[in-house]
Amino acid sequence: MVTTTPPAIKNRSRRAKSAARPGDRIFSGLSKGSGITLLVIMAAIAAFLTYRTVLAVSKDSTNFFTTFEWNPAGDPPVFGIAVLAFGTVVSSVIAMAIAVPVAIGIALFISHYAPRKLAKPLAYVVDLLAAVPSIIYGLWGAIFLVPYLDGLNQWLDQYLGWTYIFDKSADGVARNLFTVGILLAIMILPIITNVTREVFLQAPKMHEEAALALGATRWEVVRMAVLPFGRSGIISASMLGLGRALGETMAVAVVLSPSFVLSGHLLDPGGGTFAQNIAAKFNEANEFGRDALIASGLVLFVITLLVNGAARWIIARRKEYSGANA
Amino acid sequence: MSHAVQERPVAFAKPRGPLSHARLPRWTPLAVAAGSIAAGVGIGLAAGWHSKVQWGLVAALVFVLATYAITTKVEGSRQAKDRIATSLVWVCFVLAVVPLLSLAWVTISKGMEVLDVYFLTHSMNGVLDVEAGGGVYHALLGTIEQVGIATVIAAPIGLLTAVYLVEYGNGKLAKAVTFFVDVMTGIPSIVAGLFILSTWTLMLDFGPSGFAGAMALAILMMPVVVRSTEEMLKLVPNELREASLALGVPKWRTILKVVLPTAIGGITTGVMLAVARITGETAPVLLLVFGTKLINPNPFEGAQSSLPLYVYEQYAVGTDAAVARAWAAALVLIAFVMILNLVARGIARWKAPKTGR
Repeated sequence: MVTTTPPAIKNRSRRAKSAARPGDRIFSGLSKGSGITLLVIMAAIAAFLTYRTVLAVSKDSTNFFTTFEWNPAGDPPVFGIAVLAFGTVVSSVIAMAIAVPVAIGIALFISHYAPRKLAKPLAYVVDLLAAVPSIIYGLWGAIFLVPYLDGLNQWLDQYLGWTYIFDKSADGVARNLFTVGILLAIMILPIITNVTREVFLQAPKMHEEAALALGATRWEVVRMAVLPFGRSGIISASMLGLGRALGETMAVAVVLSPSFVLSGHLLDPGGGTFAQNIAAKFNEANEFGRDALIASGLVLFVITLLVNGAARWIIARRKEYSGANA
Repeated sequence: MSHAVQERPVAFAKPRGPLSHARLPRWTPLAVAAGSIAAGVGIGLAAGWHSKVQWGLVAALVFVLATYAITTKVEGSRQAKDRIATSLVWVCFVLAVVPLLSLAWVTISKGMEVLDVYFLTHSMNGVLDVEAGGGVYHALLGTIEQVGIATVIAAPIGLLTAVYLVEYGNGKLAKAVTFFVDVMTGIPSIVAGLFILSTWTLMLDFGPSGFAGAMALAILMMPVVVRSTEEMLKLVPNELREASLALGVPKWRTILKVVLPTAIGGITTGVMLAVARITGETAPVLLLVFGTKLINPNPFEGAQSSLPLYVYEQYAVGTDAAVARAWAAALVLIAFVMILNLVARGIARWKAPKTGR
């Protein structure tokens, strides 16, 4: 088949090219141009952020990655991202640890457990919740959630204080990384749930029915037919959520009372994240200060790129070996 | 596997009793739930705990343990695990619904306190932080203008890119575009803001304006439009394209007159959902549009305001009157986004091609 067709195809394509109408050429050029525009924008983002970062970091008098201070207006300028990186990672890890299991639970609830009449409107509501703007989560978190979590904080301090991380060594309301993590978990819950639910619904019905026919309980059906099929979907959904949590700005800026102290005590007020620091320091920053903030933004950009890349890589790898996708 | 099959006959030979396992009656979970709630309340009262959350936790714990014990005794451990899993899934559901319901309830109830026609039709001009009054007109105007401009920039580029990927693209360029669209979806909004800041504001030396914010919003919007449009175009049956091409219609007219109209419902939905997403973005607006108390109808010159930014500013002010305004503005914002969402989904359902699922 392959050996006979090439000359014919070559011929035809040459003729097609010569007969291409101007409308065709303009339209395909336009659409190709749009695709290239997207690539140019991405390249420009990377290039300009890097350029500004170089301007800033070259004048930084200390190590940009290990310094616990943010004072680009000082003489000499001193600023580093250690605290921000720590806060970003910790709050995102807390958010993931809470959100992923719960989201899987809700997704299973909607796809396999809920009564039919409840499932559809519920899926719809979760869809809508994914669209709630982050500033509103922030407002709710700061005014409503923080006082509520004060009690939980004291309880954790009292009974789990010996674990060091739950030791509340400084007084103050619960405007800490732990609260931020919980708020981020609530925010990314709808997104993760949506994607995992879609995947669970696509699990092959035949597998489920086969398992049921062999006498499996509902949980065994889920464990043996649904979850293995949905594994890559769960991972990609989690990565999507992680991306959101890492880059979330306003909710964190509203809830956290920031400080440039790196503390393993999660319940102590203070800490910061990349995005929150940019929003908080922006207004008082001069041009050099803005460059410094852009430098921290570049680090955030690179981290989210890595997370996205990892997600894609995992999905691609799973697809090859997973029999469920065949 | 073959092992298990061989052992089966032995297992069949043994039992003498009924073929089906003993089952718990259907009302068991309800009864256990009632019992464990009673236990939770009882223990809570006895220990003198004030927090209802602790009562609930005790009740949940008692419920799980009791269910497990009873089911293991009567139905066997596999059924017990199944029941545990079921209750865990229900717990997840309740855990998630409580904060989300609370969010909706708080926003609506607090927002309604201040929200009225006056609030929607006046700006903050001359309103002191501590006094009530003022409104969101300037912010609403700013949001509509910025989002409108962003849509005008992003929708055509996103649409054409999707057309390229589905109708023309094969090869390295298309692969690169697909990859970077995915990457772009993950860009934090503040990074998009910083990019426009570093070019438009710092390099080209323009002041804050609605247009600068709109450019950052457009960057956030493009990948979403591309993704959803791409999915919709892929759903258009190839037979339609082939029929059109076979009649001698040029490809570009085929795309414009056959492919796009077929998918227009889904594309509209995708664009509207993208609009809803960028409407709530605060961070780029904070960096680029700056915020003002005055009505500035010109998005190309001078600071503007926007709804999410207004919420943030009023919260930051912190007085009772300002926080009340923040809630009201939050309600306006949420209503705006939800209406967009509902209309978009309505269009999707109305225009949806019939599928099996």
